[in-house]
Amino acid sequence: MASATTYTYDVLVIGAGGAGLRAAIEAANSGVTVGLICKSLLGKAHTVMAEGGMAAAMGNNDDRDNWKVHFADTMRGGQYMNNWRMAEIHAKEAPDRVRELEGWGAVFDRTPDGRINQRNFGGHRYPRLAHVGDRTGLELIRTLQDHTVYLGATVHMEHTVIELMLDGGKAAGVVAYDRERGRFHLFAAKAIILATGGAGRAYKVTSNSWEGTGDGIGLAYRAGAELIDMEFVQFHPTGMVWPPSVRGLLVTEGVRGEGGVLKNSEGRRFMFDDIPDNYKPQTASDAEEGWRYTQGDKNARRPPELLTRDHVARCINREVKSGRGSPHGGVYLDIAWIKEKLPHAEEHIKRKLPSMYHQFKELADLDITKEPMEIGPTMHYMMGGIRVDGDSQMTTIPGLFAAGECASGINGANRLGGNSLSDLIVFGKRAGEFAAQYARGIGQPRLDESAAERAIKESLAAFERGSHGENPYSLQQDLQESMNNLVGIVRTEAEMQEALGKIQQFQERWTRVGIEGHREYHSGWHTALDLRNLLVVSEAITRSAIERKESRGGHFREDYPEKVAAFGTINMMVKQVPDRGMAVSRVPIPPMPDELKQVIEEQKT
Amino acid sequence: MKDRATFRIWRTQPGGGGGFRDYTTAVSDGMVVLDAVHRIQAEQAPDLAVRWNCKAGKCGSCSAEVNGRPRLMCMTRLNSIDLDAPVTVEPMRTFPPIKDLVTDVSWNFKVKKGVRKITPRKPDAPDGTYRVAQRDVDRVQEFRKCIECFLCQDVCHVLREHAKFDEFIGPRFFVYAAQLEMNPIDSADRVRDMKEKAGIGYCNITKCCTKVCPEHIHITDNAIIPLKERVVDRFYDPVTRLLHMLR
Repeated sequence: MASATTYTYDVLVIGAGGAGLRAAIEAANSGVTVGLICKSLLGKAHTVMAEGGMAAAMGNNDDRDNWKVHFADTMRGGQYMNNWRMAEIHAKEAPDRVRELEGWGAVFDRTPDGRINQRNFGGHRYPRLAHVGDRTGLELIRTLQDHTVYLGATVHMEHTVIELMLDGGKAAGVVAYDRERGRFHLFAAKAIILATGGAGRAYKVTSNSWEGTGDGIGLAYRAGAELIDMEFVQFHPTGMVWPPSVRGLLVTEGVRGEGGVLKNSEGRRFMFDDIPDNYKPQTASDAEEGWRYTQGDKNARRPPELLTRDHVARCINREVKSGRGSPHGGVYLDIAWIKEKLPHAEEHIKRKLPSMYHQFKELADLDITKEPMEIGPTMHYMMGGIRVDGDSQMTTIPGLFAAGECASGINGANRLGGNSLSDLIVFGKRAGEFAAQYARGIGQPRLDESAAERAIKESLAAFERGSHGENPYSLQQDLQESMNNLVGIVRTEAEMQEALGKIQQFQERWTRVGIEGHREYHSGWHTALDLRNLLVVSEAITRSAIERKESRGGHFREDYPEKVAAFGTINMMVKQVPDRGMAVSRVPIPPMPDELKQVIEEQKT
Repeated sequence: MKDRATFRIWRTQPGGGGGFRDYTTAVSDGMVVLDAVHRIQAEQAPDLAVRWNCKAGKCGSCSAEVNGRPRLMCMTRLNSIDLDAPVTVEPMRTFPPIKDLVTDVSWNFKVKKGVRKITPRKPDAPDGTYRVAQRDVDRVQEFRKCIECFLCQDVCHVLREHAKFDEFIGPRFFVYAAQLEMNPIDSADRVRDMKEKAGIGYCNITKCCTKVCPEHIHITDNAIIPLKERVVDRFYDPVTRLLHMLR
């Protein structure tokens, strides 16, 4: 094909955030050839924004911690919708994955006896998050990035994949374009790992960077892979609400871990008003006990601000809707109050939460050591995604693997803070390992060049329509608006049906998107192509959410506000059916082995 | 604050070269330069090229020169600049242009590969645990705050004026080398490389890099000068040289 250059690798990794880099490292170490495609420059992926830390039961700060407690916490947080095998592997392997980072250059905060320091976080029973101030994601991505470049993996920066190609039902390669020149490239590979992260850009208020357009989910779906749990979307309780240009930007849970409290406009600490029954035994009975917990008192129970994210986000939503919100439509998050408790509180806050201090000072003209912040929920994370095998991370398409946020299973109905960074390194490693193993066992697949040609032609159609077509930016804004308003934190049948109707209109408008100019670094064109994936993700979220007629974890329905036992044993599965479009079906969650059931029982007290 | 402002943005021509073009757009309280660029992109110039990711000062993608100063566009608030005159926005001038505000920073990635990687000593426990005191990594953590925006490289006259790209690694990679040199678990030695390959002698401590660092890393005082001292101690100190000769 004249229009495209071709690269050939044993293992091709798509995405260079934490999961993609960790996968590339593992595959390269096992001796196969590895290509790594990333949408941005190396080291800029969304992982860089993770703040609080990575959860691993190392027990450095509390030796009562171990994998069993971590496993039970993860399952409880996920409302038992999780792939229990993944939750088990994750809890068992995270400590080794964290420790090995130090040999690759990561420099974590230390305990007084010189070990990796671990902090408290929502839903985790003991201090468990290895961290570096509030910039743990930067530390993780830089460490993995620097380690990768010495291993001989070839990095293709600022390339975007537009099509996944199969050969006899197995993964065979991808078509991509480079941003710089807008040229097309074919990549042939025996095994492909999707590590493309989330899809926050489907929502108006999100903590995600521009890259979060659900590319891996869209590519896998169009190639025939199964998606699960798409209705479970995590709204982080604390995003900035002002100024408008940064609405949604994350305010780390670490603020609450360090003693920050939530208050409404009446000054009431409203989180004490609504504590779910299954968390009551672990939750502080008063403000004083909560404060002691944040300061490391092992006999104290955690404050209600550190309940799971789904719950805290809903409580904030309720306060705002009941007219007890702050001037810009949020509530108050106050860390400055700790000066009543600590000498040198100002210095303490700046040292523990440097990026938060910086972020509010520079972007909102607000000094968090003196004044409360205004915060509100922001779309943060997709629990749902591509269905994978718990051990190998292989999707339902042979040779196609997925790891990190674009894969689904570890988190169930709600993810605990800190479990994402550890997910990336645990399952990134596994995806790399099993993809390399798979690649060694098969011959070179054949690339269907005419299919690639079609994909390229399709991707250029928007240029032919020129400036008379639909403006891609306006279409994206309309989609974001609809998803935010109609398939957000609190959902109803009627609103979601309305959303579905709109999504169908957006899909139709998408076929008329037009742009003009040249292919070099053309953001309008990129937006148009990204939209195709965002539309798949939005439809999958909406259809799955309509089907789950109950409330659980990140999925809350005003018309079905309670949990329903019958839905507790199934995952919603989405798949493309030829000539019929998107179909949702229910797949039973496999029964948990007795030894894991016992672990959960032991941890219930 | 005014409700409209003019941005004088650098646009490249397809065949090479380029020039400034004025765009007037609505502005509001709390906006940053990147917001204005995005608004112009969405409403007036859909093919305007700009590199960005996080919009929160954490990824270091949106480096540019705003009114002649190297800045992150996402952290430059409009209320901090004069909106009575057009605001110039142009790409980092030290690196080759790609399109509009986007430059080719690939040289930086190549340079990093040339810095000797970490060589960890044996862990202190069989499970891989290292025991390291916080005070021994405070300085290293300062360096590891770097978001690789390359503004320090952009402003450094050794690169910008003298184009010593083949002999000099620039402030970013002195910071990178310094954090490895000062990491308590690393056992490699990069001092000779600093002198012979990295061109540390070219730096004459004008501190321009420190001034533009959005992470407020004390690049010159804490990274470059200590590395220079190590080079001097090893290669230029008469007593040490004598000892080396006798050995």
